Amino acid sequence: MLGGQQEAPTRTAGAVHARAERVTKRFGSGVAVDGVDLEVRAGEIVGLLGPNGAGKSTLVGLLTGSRRPTSGRVELCGGDPRDPRFRRTLGVTPQETGLPASLRVGEVIDFVRSHFPDPLSRSEVLDRFGLGDLARRQTGGLSGGQKRRLAVALAFAGRPEIVFLDEPTTGLDVEARRDLWEAVREFHAGGGTVVLTSHYLEEIEALAERVVVLGEGRVLADASLEAVRGLVKVSRISISSPVPPSGFDFEGNGDRLHLLTADADRVVRELVTRNVPFRDLEVRPASLEEAFLTLTNKKAVAGKDQR
Amino acid sequence: MTSLTLTHARFQTLELFRIPIAVVGSAFWPAASMLAFVVPFAGGDPVTATYATASMITFAVMNTNLFQYGIGVSEDRAQPWDPYVRTLPAGARPRFLGRLLTGLLMMVVALAPVVLIAALFTDATMSPVAFAGAALLCAAISVPFILMGLSIGYSLPSKAALVVAQILFLPLAFGGGLLTAPGGAPGFVEDLAPYLPTGGAVRLMWATVGDYPFEPRAALSLVGWTILFGLLATWAYRRDEGRRFG
Repeated sequence: MLGGQQEAPTRTAGAVHARAERVTKRFGSGVAVDGVDLEVRAGEIVGLLGPNGAGKSTLVGLLTGSRRPTSGRVELCGGDPRDPRFRRTLGVTPQETGLPASLRVGEVIDFVRSHFPDPLSRSEVLDRFGLGDLARRQTGGLSGGQKRRLAVALAFAGRPEIVFLDEPTTGLDVEARRDLWEAVREFHAGGGTVVLTSHYLEEIEALAERVVVLGEGRVLADASLEAVRGLVKVSRISISSPVPPSGFDFEGNGDRLHLLTADADRVVRELVTRNVPFRDLEVRPASLEEAFLTLTNKKAVAGKDQR
Repeated sequence: MTSLTLTHARFQTLELFRIPIAVVGSAFWPAASMLAFVVPFAGGDPVTATYATASMITFAVMNTNLFQYGIGVSEDRAQPWDPYVRTLPAGARPRFLGRLLTGLLMMVVALAPVVLIAALFTDATMSPVAFAGAALLCAAISVPFILMGLSIGYSLPSKAALVVAQILFLPLAFGGGLLTAPGGAPGFVEDLAPYLPTGGAVRLMWATVGDYPFEPRAALSLVGWTILFGLLATWAYRRDEGRRFG
Protein backbone atom coordinates (compact mmCIF):
# COMPACT_ATOMS: atom_id res chain seq x y z
CA MET A 1 0.00 0.00 0.00
CA LEU A 2 2.87 2.31 0.74
CA GLY A 3 4.46 1.73 -2.63
CA GLY A 4 3.43 4.08 -5.39
CA GLN A 5 1.72 2.00 -8.07
CA GLN A 6 1.74 4.91 -10.51
CA GLU A 7 5.19 4.72 -11.94
CA ALA A 8 4.97 1.12 -12.99
CA PRO A 9 7.77 1.14 -15.59
CA THR A 10 10.54 1.37 -12.98
CA ARG A 11 8.77 -1.35 -11.01
CA THR A 12 9.52 -4.08 -13.52
CA ALA A 13 10.43 -7.21 -11.63
CA GLY A 14 14.17 -7.62 -11.35
CA ALA A 15 15.02 -4.08 -12.36
CA VAL A 16 18.06 -2.78 -10.52
CA HIS A 17 17.00 -0.04 -8.10
CA ALA A 18 20.41 0.76 -6.69
CA ARG A 19 23.82 -0.16 -7.96
CA ALA A 20 27.40 0.43 -6.92
CA GLU A 21 30.23 -0.49 -9.27
CA ARG A 22 33.77 -0.61 -7.90
CA VAL A 23 32.87 2.31 -5.68
CA THR A 24 35.54 3.85 -3.48
CA LYS A 25 35.16 6.81 -1.14
CA ARG A 26 38.17 8.36 0.52
CA PHE A 27 38.20 10.97 3.26
CA GLY A 28 41.62 12.50 3.39
CA SER A 29 43.94 9.55 3.84
CA GLY A 30 41.26 7.16 5.10
CA VAL A 31 39.16 4.88 2.94
CA ALA A 32 35.53 4.62 4.09
CA VAL A 33 34.29 2.52 1.18
CA ASP A 34 36.79 0.41 -0.70
CA GLY A 35 35.89 -0.94 -4.14
CA VAL A 36 32.35 -2.03 -3.33
CA ASP A 37 30.13 -3.78 -5.87
CA LEU A 38 26.48 -4.03 -4.95
CA GLU A 39 23.19 -4.47 -6.76
CA VAL A 40 19.80 -4.03 -5.14
CA ARG A 41 16.88 -5.25 -7.26
CA ALA A 42 13.33 -3.98 -7.14
CA GLY A 43 11.30 -5.63 -4.40
CA GLU A 44 14.28 -6.87 -2.37
CA ILE A 45 14.87 -6.30 1.33
CA VAL A 46 18.60 -6.09 1.80
CA GLY A 47 20.24 -5.77 5.17
CA LEU A 48 23.55 -3.92 5.35
CA LEU A 49 25.25 -5.28 8.40
CA GLY A 50 28.52 -4.24 9.91
CA PRO A 51 30.15 -2.75 12.99
CA ASN A 52 30.35 1.00 13.48
CA GLY A 53 32.83 2.49 11.07
CA ALA A 54 32.41 -0.33 8.54
CA GLY A 55 31.31 2.14 5.87
CA LYS A 56 27.55 1.51 5.99
CA SER A 57 26.47 5.14 6.24
CA THR A 58 29.03 6.26 3.69
CA LEU A 59 27.80 3.64 1.23
CA VAL A 60 24.21 4.73 1.83
CA GLY A 61 25.28 8.36 1.39
CA LEU A 62 26.81 7.46 -1.96
CA LEU A 63 23.73 5.55 -3.12
CA THR A 64 21.33 8.31 -2.04
CA GLY A 65 23.26 11.14 -3.65
CA SER A 66 24.45 12.99 -0.56
CA ARG A 67 28.05 11.98 -1.23
CA ARG A 68 30.09 11.73 -4.39
CA PRO A 69 32.26 8.65 -4.96
CA THR A 70 36.01 9.16 -5.22
CA SER A 71 36.04 6.53 -7.94
CA GLY A 72 33.60 4.02 -9.38
CA ARG A 73 29.97 4.52 -10.28
CA VAL A 74 26.70 4.61 -8.37
CA GLU A 75 23.24 4.44 -9.82
CA LEU A 76 19.81 4.91 -8.28
CA CYS A 77 16.59 4.12 -10.12
CA GLY A 78 18.42 4.22 -13.42
CA GLY A 79 20.46 7.40 -13.01
CA ASP A 80 22.97 9.39 -11.01
CA PRO A 81 21.56 9.85 -7.50
CA ARG A 82 23.15 13.32 -7.35
CA ASP A 83 20.58 14.39 -9.94
CA PRO A 84 17.35 15.22 -8.04
CA ARG A 85 15.20 13.66 -10.77
CA PHE A 86 16.39 10.21 -9.82
CA ARG A 87 15.51 10.75 -6.17
CA ARG A 88 11.77 11.19 -6.72
CA THR A 89 11.06 7.60 -5.70
CA LEU A 90 13.63 7.52 -2.89
CA GLY A 91 12.92 7.60 0.83
CA VAL A 92 15.65 8.00 3.46
CA THR A 93 15.56 8.15 7.25
CA PRO A 94 17.23 11.22 8.70
CA GLN A 95 19.26 10.74 11.86
CA GLU A 96 16.73 11.37 14.55
CA THR A 97 19.18 13.57 16.43
CA GLY A 98 19.10 16.00 13.53
CA LEU A 99 15.40 16.82 13.30
CA PRO A 100 14.87 20.60 13.30
CA ALA A 101 14.08 21.11 16.97
CA SER A 102 11.84 24.14 16.66
CA LEU A 103 9.55 22.72 13.97
CA ARG A 104 6.41 20.76 14.78
CA VAL A 105 6.01 17.11 13.77
CA GLY A 106 3.28 17.95 11.25
CA GLU A 107 5.39 20.72 9.73
CA VAL A 108 8.40 18.47 9.25
CA ILE A 109 6.20 15.86 7.57
CA ASP A 110 4.69 18.52 5.28
CA PHE A 111 8.13 19.83 4.42
CA VAL A 112 9.25 16.41 3.26
CA ARG A 113 5.94 15.61 1.51
CA SER A 114 6.10 18.80 -0.52
CA HIS A 115 9.18 17.51 -2.37
CA PHE A 116 7.37 14.55 -3.93
CA PRO A 117 4.90 14.36 -6.82
CA ASP A 118 2.47 11.98 -5.13
CA PRO A 119 3.11 11.84 -1.39
CA LEU A 120 1.06 10.16 1.34
CA SER A 121 -1.33 12.53 3.07
CA ARG A 122 -0.16 14.05 6.30
CA SER A 123 -2.70 12.09 8.35
CA GLU A 124 -1.74 8.84 6.60
CA VAL A 125 1.89 9.37 7.65
CA LEU A 126 0.88 10.27 11.20
CA ASP A 127 -1.47 7.31 11.61
CA ARG A 128 0.69 4.67 10.05
CA PHE A 129 3.63 5.45 12.32
CA GLY A 130 1.67 6.08 15.48
CA LEU A 131 2.37 9.80 15.52
CA GLY A 132 -1.29 10.89 15.45
CA ASP A 133 -1.37 12.81 18.70
CA LEU A 134 2.09 14.34 18.23
CA ALA A 135 1.37 16.42 15.12
CA ARG A 136 1.51 19.71 16.99
CA ARG A 137 4.54 18.91 19.14
CA GLN A 138 7.91 20.48 18.36
CA THR A 139 10.39 17.77 17.44
CA GLY A 140 12.83 19.02 20.06
CA GLY A 141 10.37 17.94 22.76
CA LEU A 142 9.90 14.37 21.54
CA SER A 143 11.30 11.32 23.29
CA GLY A 144 14.02 9.31 21.59
CA GLY A 145 11.54 6.65 20.49
CA GLN A 146 9.12 9.23 19.10
CA LYS A 147 11.90 10.91 17.15
CA ARG A 148 12.93 7.54 15.75
CA ARG A 149 9.35 6.83 14.63
CA LEU A 150 9.14 10.23 12.97
CA ALA A 151 12.49 9.68 11.24
CA VAL A 152 11.27 6.38 9.79
CA ALA A 153 7.90 7.90 8.85
CA LEU A 154 9.71 10.58 6.83
CA ALA A 155 11.32 7.90 4.67
CA PHE A 156 7.86 6.77 3.59
CA ALA A 157 6.17 10.17 3.34
CA GLY A 158 6.93 10.65 -0.35
CA ARG A 159 5.39 7.28 -1.37
CA PRO A 160 8.82 5.96 -2.40
CA GLU A 161 9.71 2.85 -4.34
CA ILE A 162 13.00 2.35 -2.54
CA VAL A 163 13.77 3.26 1.06
CA PHE A 164 17.04 3.36 2.97
CA LEU A 165 16.38 2.81 6.65
CA ASP A 166 19.21 3.50 9.06
CA GLU A 167 18.85 1.43 12.24
CA PRO A 168 15.11 2.05 12.15
CA THR A 169 14.15 0.48 15.46
CA THR A 170 17.19 0.95 17.68
CA GLY A 171 16.04 2.21 21.04
CA LEU A 172 12.35 1.48 20.48
CA ASP A 173 10.26 -0.57 22.88
CA VAL A 174 9.07 -3.99 21.76
CA GLU A 175 5.62 -2.88 20.68
CA ALA A 176 6.78 0.13 18.69
CA ARG A 177 9.42 -2.04 17.07
CA ARG A 178 6.81 -4.62 16.00
CA ASP A 179 4.59 -1.88 14.53
CA LEU A 180 7.48 -0.48 12.58
CA TRP A 181 8.57 -3.83 11.26
CA GLU A 182 4.96 -4.40 10.23
CA ALA A 183 4.95 -1.11 8.29
CA VAL A 184 8.18 -2.08 6.53
CA ARG A 185 6.81 -5.53 5.65
CA GLU A 186 3.64 -3.95 4.31
CA PHE A 187 5.71 -1.64 2.13
CA HIS A 188 7.69 -4.62 0.88
CA ALA A 189 4.50 -6.60 0.21
CA GLY A 190 3.37 -3.74 -2.03
CA GLY A 191 6.52 -4.21 -4.11
CA GLY A 192 8.77 -1.71 -2.32
CA THR A 193 12.54 -2.08 -2.16
CA VAL A 194 14.22 -1.75 1.24
CA VAL A 195 17.84 -1.27 2.19
CA LEU A 196 18.27 -1.59 5.90
CA THR A 197 21.45 -0.73 7.76
CA SER A 198 22.09 -1.94 11.24
CA HIS A 199 24.75 -3.23 13.51
CA TYR A 200 22.19 -5.42 15.24
CA LEU A 201 21.67 -8.83 13.70
CA GLU A 202 18.26 -9.04 15.35
CA GLU A 203 16.84 -6.16 13.36
CA ILE A 204 18.26 -7.49 10.11
CA GLU A 205 16.96 -10.97 10.96
CA ALA A 206 13.44 -9.67 11.47
CA LEU A 207 13.20 -8.14 8.03
CA ALA A 208 15.93 -8.90 5.55
CA GLU A 209 16.09 -11.74 3.07
CA ARG A 210 19.52 -10.94 1.81
CA VAL A 211 22.38 -9.68 3.94
CA VAL A 212 25.47 -7.81 2.91
CA VAL A 213 28.17 -7.74 5.56
CA LEU A 214 30.53 -4.78 5.43
CA GLY A 215 33.83 -4.48 7.27
CA GLU A 216 36.47 -1.81 6.83
CA GLY A 217 34.74 -0.52 3.73
CA ARG A 218 34.61 -3.84 1.89
CA VAL A 219 31.89 -6.39 1.26
CA LEU A 220 32.81 -9.37 3.43
CA ALA A 221 29.77 -11.43 2.60
CA ASP A 222 26.73 -11.06 0.39
CA ALA A 223 24.35 -13.95 0.88
CA SER A 224 20.98 -15.09 2.15
CA LEU A 225 20.07 -14.37 5.74
CA GLU A 226 20.49 -18.08 6.54
CA ALA A 227 24.00 -18.23 5.15
CA VAL A 228 25.15 -15.07 6.88
CA ARG A 229 23.62 -16.17 10.17
CA GLY A 230 25.80 -19.29 9.97
CA LEU A 231 28.78 -17.22 9.03
CA VAL A 232 28.51 -14.92 12.03
CA LYS A 233 27.51 -17.70 14.45
CA VAL A 234 30.70 -17.70 16.42
CA SER A 235 31.37 -18.81 19.99
CA ARG A 236 33.85 -17.46 22.42
CA ILE A 237 35.68 -19.99 24.55
CA SER A 238 37.46 -18.80 27.66
CA ILE A 239 39.73 -20.85 29.86
CA SER A 240 42.28 -20.29 32.56
CA SER A 241 45.56 -22.02 32.02
CA PRO A 242 49.07 -21.49 33.44
CA VAL A 243 50.61 -21.80 29.97
CA PRO A 244 48.99 -21.01 26.62
CA PRO A 245 48.05 -24.37 25.08
CA SER A 246 50.14 -24.97 21.98
CA GLY A 247 48.38 -25.68 18.73
CA PHE A 248 45.43 -23.43 19.59
CA ASP A 249 44.80 -19.82 18.73
CA PHE A 250 44.12 -18.60 22.25
CA GLU A 251 44.75 -14.98 23.04
CA GLY A 252 44.71 -13.04 26.26
CA ASN A 253 46.74 -11.59 29.03
CA GLY A 254 47.46 -13.13 32.40
CA ASP A 255 46.19 -16.66 32.65
CA ARG A 256 42.70 -15.93 31.25
CA LEU A 257 42.66 -16.96 27.58
CA HIS A 258 40.03 -16.55 24.90
CA LEU A 259 39.36 -18.12 21.53
CA LEU A 260 36.73 -17.30 18.90
CA THR A 261 35.49 -20.26 16.91
CA ALA A 262 32.56 -21.42 14.82
CA ASP A 263 32.79 -24.93 16.28
CA ALA A 264 33.06 -24.73 20.04
CA ASP A 265 32.33 -28.44 20.58
CA ARG A 266 35.27 -29.46 18.48
CA VAL A 267 37.69 -27.11 20.23
CA VAL A 268 36.58 -28.26 23.68
CA ARG A 269 36.85 -31.89 22.64
CA GLU A 270 40.36 -31.29 21.41
CA LEU A 271 41.36 -29.45 24.57
CA VAL A 272 40.26 -32.49 26.54
CA THR A 273 41.89 -35.10 24.27
CA ARG A 274 45.14 -33.21 24.33
CA ASN A 275 45.07 -33.02 28.11
CA VAL A 276 45.39 -29.27 28.21
CA PRO A 277 45.48 -28.25 31.90
CA PHE A 278 42.60 -25.77 31.81
CA ARG A 279 40.04 -24.72 34.41
CA ASP A 280 37.01 -22.37 34.54
CA LEU A 281 35.86 -23.31 31.05
CA GLU A 282 33.30 -20.87 29.66
CA VAL A 283 31.56 -21.02 26.28
CA ARG A 284 29.23 -18.25 25.15
CA PRO A 285 27.93 -16.90 21.84
CA ALA A 286 30.27 -14.22 20.53
CA SER A 287 28.87 -10.73 20.11
CA LEU A 288 28.24 -9.61 16.57
CA GLU A 289 31.23 -7.28 16.92
CA GLU A 290 33.48 -10.28 17.70
CA ALA A 291 31.91 -12.28 14.89
CA PHE A 292 32.70 -9.47 12.47
CA LEU A 293 36.23 -9.48 13.73
CA THR A 294 36.65 -13.11 12.76
CA LEU A 295 35.12 -12.38 9.37
CA THR A 296 37.48 -9.47 8.87
CA ASN A 297 40.53 -11.35 9.99
CA LYS A 298 39.49 -14.48 8.14
CA LYS A 299 41.20 -16.44 10.85
CA ALA A 300 39.63 -19.09 13.04
CA VAL A 301 36.35 -18.76 11.20
CA ALA A 302 36.09 -22.45 10.77
CA GLY A 303 37.82 -23.17 14.04
CA LYS A 304 40.13 -25.66 12.41
CA ASP A 305 42.74 -23.54 10.71
CA GLN A 306 44.57 -22.96 13.96
CA ARG A 307 48.19 -22.27 13.40
CA MET B 1 9.92 24.51 -8.62
CA THR B 2 8.50 27.80 -7.38
CA SER B 3 6.22 26.12 -4.87
CA LEU B 4 9.22 24.20 -3.56
CA THR B 5 11.08 27.50 -3.17
CA LEU B 6 8.18 28.84 -1.12
CA THR B 7 8.15 25.65 0.95
CA HIS B 8 11.83 26.08 1.75
CA ALA B 9 11.35 29.77 2.49
CA ARG B 10 8.38 29.03 4.73
CA PHE B 11 10.21 26.42 6.78
CA GLN B 12 13.37 28.46 7.12
CA THR B 13 11.27 31.40 8.27
CA LEU B 14 9.35 29.25 10.74
CA GLU B 15 12.61 27.93 12.17
CA LEU B 16 14.00 31.43 12.43
CA PHE B 17 11.00 33.02 14.08
CA ARG B 18 10.50 30.15 16.55
CA ILE B 19 13.64 31.48 18.24
CA PRO B 20 12.56 35.11 18.66
CA ILE B 21 15.77 36.22 20.32
CA ALA B 22 17.68 35.61 17.06
CA VAL B 23 15.28 37.92 15.26
CA VAL B 24 15.40 40.51 18.02
CA GLY B 25 19.19 40.31 17.96
CA SER B 26 19.47 41.10 14.29
CA ALA B 27 17.10 44.05 14.71
CA PHE B 28 18.88 45.34 17.79
CA TRP B 29 22.33 46.27 16.48
CA PRO B 30 21.27 48.42 13.54
CA ALA B 31 18.76 50.23 15.76
CA ALA B 32 21.29 50.70 18.56
CA SER B 33 23.97 51.99 16.16
CA MET B 34 21.42 54.36 14.72
CA LEU B 35 20.67 55.76 18.19
CA ALA B 36 24.32 55.89 19.20
CA PHE B 37 25.93 57.36 16.08
CA VAL B 38 23.42 58.89 13.70
CA VAL B 39 20.85 60.52 15.99
CA PRO B 40 23.30 62.56 18.14
CA PHE B 41 25.82 63.49 15.43
CA ALA B 42 23.88 63.84 12.20
CA GLY B 43 20.27 63.95 13.31
CA GLY B 44 19.83 67.72 13.07
CA ASP B 45 20.58 68.21 9.40
CA PRO B 46 18.09 66.75 6.88
CA VAL B 47 20.70 65.96 4.19
CA THR B 48 23.34 64.48 6.50
CA ALA B 49 20.75 62.52 8.46
CA THR B 50 19.25 61.03 5.30
CA TYR B 51 22.65 59.97 3.93
CA ALA B 52 23.72 58.61 7.30
CA THR B 53 20.54 56.56 7.57
CA ALA B 54 21.14 55.16 4.09
CA SER B 55 24.70 54.23 5.12
CA MET B 56 23.46 52.62 8.30
CA ILE B 57 20.89 50.57 6.37
CA THR B 58 23.55 49.37 3.93
CA PHE B 59 25.74 48.50 6.89
CA ALA B 60 22.92 46.50 8.47
CA VAL B 61 22.21 44.71 5.19
CA MET B 62 25.84 43.64 4.91
CA ASN B 63 26.29 42.76 8.53
CA THR B 64 23.08 40.80 9.01
CA ASN B 65 23.51 38.72 5.88
CA LEU B 66 27.20 38.10 6.35
CA PHE B 67 26.66 36.68 9.82
CA GLN B 68 23.21 35.20 9.33
CA TYR B 69 24.28 33.18 6.31
CA GLY B 70 28.00 32.84 6.77
CA ILE B 71 27.65 31.35 10.20
CA GLY B 72 24.06 30.11 10.08
CA VAL B 73 24.53 27.99 6.97
CA SER B 74 27.86 26.71 8.18
CA GLU B 75 26.28 25.57 11.44
CA ASP B 76 23.34 24.00 9.61
CA ARG B 77 25.73 21.96 7.53
CA ALA B 78 27.19 20.42 10.64
CA GLN B 79 23.73 19.13 11.62
CA PRO B 80 22.61 15.71 10.37
CA TRP B 81 19.40 17.28 9.00
CA ASP B 82 21.32 18.90 6.15
CA PRO B 83 22.61 15.70 4.50
CA TYR B 84 19.08 14.34 4.85
CA VAL B 85 17.54 17.28 2.99
CA ARG B 86 20.08 16.62 0.26
CA THR B 87 18.48 13.21 -0.33
CA LEU B 88 15.11 14.85 -1.07
CA PRO B 89 14.38 15.36 -4.76
CA ALA B 90 15.34 19.03 -4.93
CA GLY B 91 18.44 20.70 -6.28
CA ALA B 92 20.28 23.75 -5.05
CA ARG B 93 17.83 26.25 -6.54
CA PRO B 94 14.80 25.98 -4.22
CA ARG B 95 17.06 25.92 -1.18
CA PHE B 96 18.98 28.99 -2.33
CA LEU B 97 15.93 30.94 -3.41
CA GLY B 98 14.22 29.90 -0.18
CA ARG B 99 17.14 31.30 1.78
CA LEU B 100 17.04 34.48 -0.29
CA LEU B 101 13.35 35.04 0.46
CA THR B 102 13.88 34.33 4.16
CA GLY B 103 16.83 36.72 4.12
CA LEU B 104 14.73 39.47 2.58
CA LEU B 105 12.01 39.01 5.19
CA MET B 106 14.69 39.17 7.86
CA MET B 107 15.90 42.44 6.32
CA VAL B 108 12.46 43.96 6.77
CA VAL B 109 12.53 43.04 10.45
CA ALA B 110 16.09 44.28 10.95
CA LEU B 111 15.63 47.54 9.05
CA ALA B 112 12.15 48.62 10.17
CA PRO B 113 13.47 49.98 13.50
CA VAL B 114 16.21 51.92 11.68
CA VAL B 115 13.69 53.57 9.39
CA LEU B 116 11.39 54.26 12.32
CA ILE B 117 14.19 55.87 14.36
CA ALA B 118 15.25 57.97 11.36
CA ALA B 119 11.69 59.20 10.88
CA LEU B 120 11.02 59.92 14.55
CA PHE B 121 14.33 61.15 15.94
CA THR B 122 16.20 62.73 13.05
CA ASP B 123 15.46 65.28 10.37
CA ALA B 124 16.04 62.71 7.65
CA THR B 125 13.49 63.18 4.94
CA MET B 126 12.61 61.99 1.47
CA SER B 127 9.68 61.80 -0.91
CA PRO B 128 7.37 58.76 -0.85
CA VAL B 129 8.65 57.86 -4.32
CA ALA B 130 12.27 57.94 -3.13
CA PHE B 131 11.26 55.86 -0.12
CA ALA B 132 9.64 53.20 -2.29
CA GLY B 133 12.72 53.23 -4.54
CA ALA B 134 15.02 52.85 -1.55
CA ALA B 135 12.96 49.94 -0.22
CA LEU B 136 13.20 48.14 -3.56
CA LEU B 137 16.89 48.93 -3.82
CA CYS B 138 17.37 47.53 -0.34
CA ALA B 139 16.00 44.20 -1.51
CA ALA B 140 18.30 44.33 -4.55
CA ILE B 141 21.48 45.12 -2.62
CA SER B 142 20.66 42.37 -0.12
CA VAL B 143 21.11 39.75 -2.82
CA PRO B 144 24.91 39.98 -3.25
CA PHE B 145 25.38 39.99 0.53
CA ILE B 146 23.11 36.98 1.01
CA LEU B 147 25.08 35.17 -1.70
CA MET B 148 28.33 36.25 -0.08
CA GLY B 149 27.12 34.80 3.21
CA LEU B 150 26.09 31.57 1.45
CA SER B 151 29.52 31.34 -0.22
CA ILE B 152 31.19 31.54 3.16
CA GLY B 153 28.67 29.27 4.85
CA TYR B 154 28.90 26.52 2.25
CA SER B 155 32.66 26.56 1.87
CA LEU B 156 33.91 26.84 5.46
CA PRO B 157 33.35 25.07 8.78
CA SER B 158 31.49 27.23 11.29
CA LYS B 159 34.49 28.37 13.33
CA ALA B 160 36.33 29.47 10.20
CA ALA B 161 33.16 31.08 8.85
CA LEU B 162 32.87 33.18 12.00
CA VAL B 163 36.44 34.38 11.69
CA VAL B 164 36.13 35.19 8.00
CA ALA B 165 32.88 37.10 8.55
CA GLN B 166 34.49 39.07 11.38
CA ILE B 167 37.59 39.83 9.34
CA LEU B 168 35.57 40.90 6.32
CA PHE B 169 32.93 43.11 7.81
CA LEU B 170 35.00 46.03 9.08
CA PRO B 171 37.18 46.52 5.96
CA LEU B 172 34.06 46.18 3.86
CA ALA B 173 32.26 48.79 5.95
CA PHE B 174 35.18 51.21 6.07
CA GLY B 175 36.45 50.57 2.55
CA GLY B 176 32.97 51.01 1.13
CA GLY B 177 32.66 54.39 2.83
CA LEU B 178 29.78 53.36 5.07
CA LEU B 179 31.38 54.94 8.13
CA THR B 180 31.84 58.37 6.57
CA ALA B 181 29.62 60.93 4.88
CA PRO B 182 29.40 60.80 1.05
CA GLY B 183 32.66 62.15 -0.32
CA GLY B 184 34.08 62.43 3.21
CA ALA B 185 36.24 59.33 3.29
CA PRO B 186 40.04 59.38 2.85
CA GLY B 187 41.13 59.61 -0.78
CA PHE B 188 42.11 55.98 -1.32
CA VAL B 189 38.78 54.85 0.13
CA GLU B 190 36.90 57.13 -2.25
CA ASP B 191 38.83 55.60 -5.17
CA LEU B 192 38.34 52.03 -4.04
CA ALA B 193 34.81 52.18 -2.65
CA PRO B 194 32.72 51.97 -5.83
CA TYR B 195 34.37 48.66 -6.64
CA LEU B 196 33.53 47.04 -3.31
CA PRO B 197 30.08 45.50 -2.87
CA THR B 198 29.47 47.76 0.13
CA GLY B 199 30.62 50.89 -1.67
CA GLY B 200 28.63 50.04 -4.78
CA ALA B 201 25.52 49.40 -2.72
CA VAL B 202 25.74 52.52 -0.60
CA ARG B 203 26.34 54.76 -3.62
CA LEU B 204 23.18 53.48 -5.20
CA MET B 205 21.34 54.08 -1.91
CA TRP B 206 22.67 57.64 -1.66
CA ALA B 207 21.66 58.35 -5.23
CA THR B 208 18.15 57.09 -4.47
CA VAL B 209 17.57 59.00 -1.23
CA GLY B 210 19.41 62.25 -2.04
CA ASP B 211 21.16 64.29 -4.69
CA TYR B 212 24.21 62.05 -4.82
CA PRO B 213 25.09 61.47 -8.50
CA PHE B 214 24.26 58.03 -9.89
CA GLU B 215 27.49 56.15 -10.65
CA PRO B 216 27.21 53.50 -13.36
CA ARG B 217 30.48 51.88 -12.20
CA ALA B 218 28.97 51.36 -8.73
CA ALA B 219 25.93 49.63 -10.24
CA LEU B 220 28.12 47.55 -12.55
CA SER B 221 30.45 46.48 -9.77
CA LEU B 222 27.46 45.43 -7.67
CA VAL B 223 26.07 43.34 -10.52
CA GLY B 224 29.54 41.81 -10.95
CA TRP B 225 29.78 40.92 -7.27
CA THR B 226 26.29 39.43 -7.36
CA ILE B 227 27.22 37.13 -10.25
CA LEU B 228 30.55 36.25 -8.66
CA PHE B 229 29.05 35.35 -5.27
CA GLY B 230 26.21 33.52 -7.00
CA LEU B 231 28.70 31.32 -8.82
CA LEU B 232 30.85 30.89 -5.76
CA ALA B 233 27.89 29.91 -3.58
CA THR B 234 26.60 27.42 -6.14
CA TRP B 235 30.05 25.91 -6.56
CA ALA B 236 30.50 25.64 -2.80
CA TYR B 237 27.06 24.05 -2.44
CA ARG B 238 27.76 21.49 -5.15
CA ARG B 239 31.08 20.38 -3.71
CA ASP B 240 29.84 20.35 -0.13
CA GLU B 241 29.05 16.97 1.32
CA GLY B 242 28.21 18.05 4.83
CA ARG B 243 30.35 16.57 7.50
CA ARG B 244 33.39 14.63 6.52
CA PHE B 245 32.59 11.58 8.56
CA GLY B 246 29.34 10.26 9.85
